[in-house]
Amino acid sequence: MKANHKSKLLLAALVIALLLLPFITDALLGRSWVRIVDFAMLYIMLALGLNIVVGYAGLLDLGYIAFFAVGAYCYALTGSPHLALAFPMMFPAGVHLPFWIVLPMAALVAGGFGVLLGAPTLRLRGDYLAIVTLGFGEIIRIFLNNLDAPVNLTNGPQGISRIDPVSVAGVSLNSTQHIFGIAFPAVHLYFYLFLAFTALVVFVSQRLERSRIGRAWMAIREDEVAASAMGIDTRNLKLLAFAMGAMSGGASGALFAGFQGFVSPESFSLMESVMVLCMVVLGGMGNIAGVILGGILLALLPEVLRHIVVPAQQALFGRTLVDPESLRMLLFGTALIVMMLYRPAGLLPSRVRRRELGADEPAAETSVYDATH
Amino acid sequence: MEILLQQIINGLVQGSIYALVALGYTMVYGILGLINFAHGEVVMVGAMLVLSSLTAMLGWGIPPVLALPVSVMLAITGCMALGYGIERIAYRPLRHAPRLAPLITAIGVSIVLQNLAMMIWGRDYHSFPQLFANTTHSFGGAVINDIQIIIFIMAVAIMAGLMVVVHHTRLGRAMRAIAENQHAAQLMGVDVNRVISITFMLGSAMAAVAGLMVSANYGLAHYYMGFLLGLKAFTAAVLGGIGNLRGAMLGGLLLGLIESLGAGYIGDLSGGFFGSNYQDVFAFLVLIAVLVFRPSGLLGERLAERA
Repeated sequence: MKANHKSKLLLAALVIALLLLPFITDALLGRSWVRIVDFAMLYIMLALGLNIVVGYAGLLDLGYIAFFAVGAYCYALTGSPHLALAFPMMFPAGVHLPFWIVLPMAALVAGGFGVLLGAPTLRLRGDYLAIVTLGFGEIIRIFLNNLDAPVNLTNGPQGISRIDPVSVAGVSLNSTQHIFGIAFPAVHLYFYLFLAFTALVVFVSQRLERSRIGRAWMAIREDEVAASAMGIDTRNLKLLAFAMGAMSGGASGALFAGFQGFVSPESFSLMESVMVLCMVVLGGMGNIAGVILGGILLALLPEVLRHIVVPAQQALFGRTLVDPESLRMLLFGTALIVMMLYRPAGLLPSRVRRRELGADEPAAETSVYDATH
Repeated sequence: MEILLQQIINGLVQGSIYALVALGYTMVYGILGLINFAHGEVVMVGAMLVLSSLTAMLGWGIPPVLALPVSVMLAITGCMALGYGIERIAYRPLRHAPRLAPLITAIGVSIVLQNLAMMIWGRDYHSFPQLFANTTHSFGGAVINDIQIIIFIMAVAIMAGLMVVVHHTRLGRAMRAIAENQHAAQLMGVDVNRVISITFMLGSAMAAVAGLMVSANYGLAHYYMGFLLGLKAFTAAVLGGIGNLRGAMLGGLLLGLIESLGAGYIGDLSGGFFGSNYQDVFAFLVLIAVLVFRPSGLLGERLAERA
C-alpha cells in the first residue's frame, strides 16, 4: 500500500511538472523552445503509435510517416480553403469541417490505408512488410507531389496552407487566451492539447499491452509458428496491430496539420520514418517509458546539434563542413546499427523484450531507469 | 507502333540493369534468407566512384580508353570491400538474432551510406562525362544508341558469367549447398562464412557495374539514386521469385518493360489524368500485385509458409 501511495505522489508530481513545462521552458529558453517541445510531443505520439507495430507485434514498418501524411492531408483538405480554389463549383467556400470531426476520419482513412497495405503483405514473412511500407512511404510522396494536375487535389510541392487551427469548445488554439488572469499563448495551448493526446496514447498502449490482444501480439513477435499453434489468428492480429499503428499515425497527422497550419510533401520524407523508427529502437521496443525517452532524445537532438555542431565547426575550421541535418541522419543510421548490435532491447528495455533479444546486461537496466526518474 | 518499339527497347535496357541489381538481392536472399536493404546504396556508391574517378582521370589528361577500365575496376574493388564490410559489421553478428534485428541494421546501413555519400559528393547531380561519340542507330522508327547497346550486351554477358560460376564451379556448388542447408553444408566442409562473404562481394561487384550503367544511361548520378533503384530491383527479384537467379533476370527485364510501357501509355489509358511522372509507381504496383496473387514469384518455390 505504501508503494502505491508513493507512486501516486510521483504521478502527481509528474503531472504538475508537465503542466508547468511550457511556462518553465518559455521562461528559461524562450518561446521558440516551447514550439520545439510541442514538436517533441508530436514525435512522441508518433513513436508510441509505431511502437504498437514494431514494439508489440514485431512488424517492421519503414513507411510510418506515410500514415502521418495521410492524416495531415485529410485535415489539410477538409479544413482549409484549398478545395474552394480547386473545385469552386462544388465547394464555393471550402469545406471547413470542424477538427473534431476530421480527427476520427483521418484516423480511419489512415487505418484503411494500413489495411490495404497490410492485408496482402502480412500473410507473408515480415521482410516483405518492411519493403512494402518502404515503397508506400515513397509512393505517397509521389502522389502528393503530382496530384496538382490535371485536377489540383494536393497543390503539389507547394503544399496546402491556411489550414484552420484546432479549436476546443469554440476557443481557437491559435491565439493567446486568458484563463484566470494567466496568459496562455498558442504554443502553450497546443502543448496541452498534445499532452492530452499523448496521455491518451500512453493509456491505450498500456491497456493494450496487458490485454489478451497485447499478449497475443507478443506471442506472435516471439514465435509466430508457436503462436498460431496456440490458436492465435496471427494474420488478423498482425493486421490489427498494423492498422492501429496507422490510425494513431493518421490522428497525429491531423494534429500536426492543425498545429502547423501548413502541410507539404517534404515534411513526409523517408528520413522522418527512419527518425521515428530510431526513437522506438533507441528507447526500447515495446516499452512505453523507453519509447518516450527515445522520442525526447531524438526530437531535441537536431536543436542541440544546431547549437553545438555549427559553432564548434566554425571555431575549429572557420566554416561549416558538415551541416547538422546530414550529421543528424548519420547519427540516426549509426544508432540503429549500434543499438541492434550491442543493446538490441534499447536504452530502457521492456522485460519480455530483453529476454527475447538476449541482451545480457542485468545491471544496466536499473541504473538507466534510476537516472531518468 | 514506333512508340511501342521504342518503349520496348528502353524497357529492355533499363530492365537489364534492374536484373543485375536484382541478382545481388536474390543471391543474398537465397543464401541467408535476408533482404539486404543496403544493396541499392552499394549501386549508388559504385556509380559515384566511377564518376568521380573518371572525371578526375580525364582531368589529368589520361585518355578515356585507359581511364574508363581503371575507374570501373576501382569502383568494383571499392564496392566489393563495401559489401564485405556491410556483411561483416551489420549482418554476421546478427545471423542468429531475431529477424527484426538484421532488418533494422540494414536500414541503418543504407541511411549511413546515403548520408556519407551526400557529405562526400554533395547534394548535386553529377553528370557522366562524354567519352566517345554516342551514335544513335535507328531501325523501324525506333532509336537505340551505342551506350544502350553496350549496357545490354554487358549485362547479358555478366549474367551468363554468373550462371557459369554458380552452376559449374566449386564456389557455386558451395553457394547452392548453403542455400539448401547451411548446417549440412558446414558439416560437409564448406567454409560458410567465407562463401557468404564472397557472395556479398560478387553481388556488390555487379552492383558497381550496374551503377556505372545507370549513370551512363541517364548521364547522371546522385546520392539518392540508390534508394528507388534498390526498391525496384527488389521488386524485380520478388517478381521473378526471390532466391532464384533466373527469376531475378526474368523479373528485371519484365519490370523494365512494364515500367517503360506503363509510363508510355498511362496518359492514354487514364485519359490524361496520370502522366509519365507516375513511372516510379509501377514497380510498387507490380510488387503489391505479385504479393497478392503469386507471392512465390514467377519462377520461385512457395515461400508463404516459411515464417
